[in-house]
Amino acid sequence: MAITYEPIATTTLSTATATVTFSSISGSYTDLVLVANGRTSADGIYVNLRLNNDTTNTLSATRLLGNGSSASSSRATAQNLLSLTPNTAWDTTNPGTIIVQIQNYSNTTTNKTMLVRGNIERPGVGGEVSAIVGMWASTAAVNRVDFITGSSTFLAGSTFTLYGIKAA
Amino acid sequence: MANTYEAIATVTVGSGGAANIDFQSIPATYTDLVIKLSSRTDRVATNADCFIKFNNDASNLTLKKLYGAGGAASTGSSSSPAGGIGTSNGSTNTTSAFANTEIYIPNYTSSNNKSYSVDAVQESNDASAPIYATLIGGLWSNSSAINRVTLYIEESKNWVQYSTATLYGIKNS
Repeated sequence: MAITYEPIATTTLSTATATVTFSSISGSYTDLVLVANGRTSADGIYVNLRLNNDTTNTLSATRLLGNGSSASSSRATAQNLLSLTPNTAWDTTNPGTIIVQIQNYSNTTTNKTMLVRGNIERPGVGGEVSAIVGMWASTAAVNRVDFITGSSTFLAGSTFTLYGIKAA
Repeated sequence: MANTYEAIATVTVGSGGAANIDFQSIPATYTDLVIKLSSRTDRVATNADCFIKFNNDASNLTLKKLYGAGGAASTGSSSSPAGGIGTSNGSTNTTSAFANTEIYIPNYTSSNNKSYSVDAVQESNDASAPIYATLIGGLWSNSSAINRVTLYIEESKNWVQYSTATLYGIKNS
């Protein structure tokens, strides 16, 4: 049986860090999966994604959100960061989880589409569950991914892992 | 390159049904856990609420959920008991219709509180039967490493025969 789900790189933060970068991503897989699980050094810190360090407002997203009180959908276009925690941010105590799937990431013909699942549960404070479809309007192969806090830092102990999936 | 997505254990429910799907003595050698569940229940209704508990502890569980049954999407912040993982099919639902559920538990051995994600779907091809698609973000506010995961159903109902769950371990290196 071929091995098809492989860890490419992982980062467990030893010190608080504002940006976590996976660079020089090999083009030898079919799809990418990113799993982030962590806390931030202040409450209410938003988590964002950027591909290939592209800051030219080419990211868009459609979101389904539930915070326990209201279910909603929203869109964002022409962004230079893809917000992975659009309404409710990470905090100092309760780990948030983000799982990003980027299919066909290395092709140079199509724009890149992402599926994102996000959770943050803050007992007694709030929280949110989200499903996001994101698109990077670029035909370039994805070779770099950055997780970026809106401000402040990811706390030590936060983990970020990049997996590669190979088709048969 | 390491094989990072490994099956740890599988439970297939036999002809008598089972109140619990229980994974015990989970090794601490992985980074994340994934459970893939195909299920149906004996609750005499179109569906049944399903739950998770860690280390046999059904307390300190909270969640946010986003769900739809064909109308407007809804959200909620609780389940009773705590630890909801969405719904499965009940005994009055379309014969042989099983629900699918995926549960992702990152950093299950860490000393922080544990988050978990759930994607759960039912379908019945029956317009009269309410069914649900559910997304859940949950938290177990406990710093212990997870070594046991139990899946169970409201009202102490049973998983029926052919329900299956597989526990996978994912390594990040």
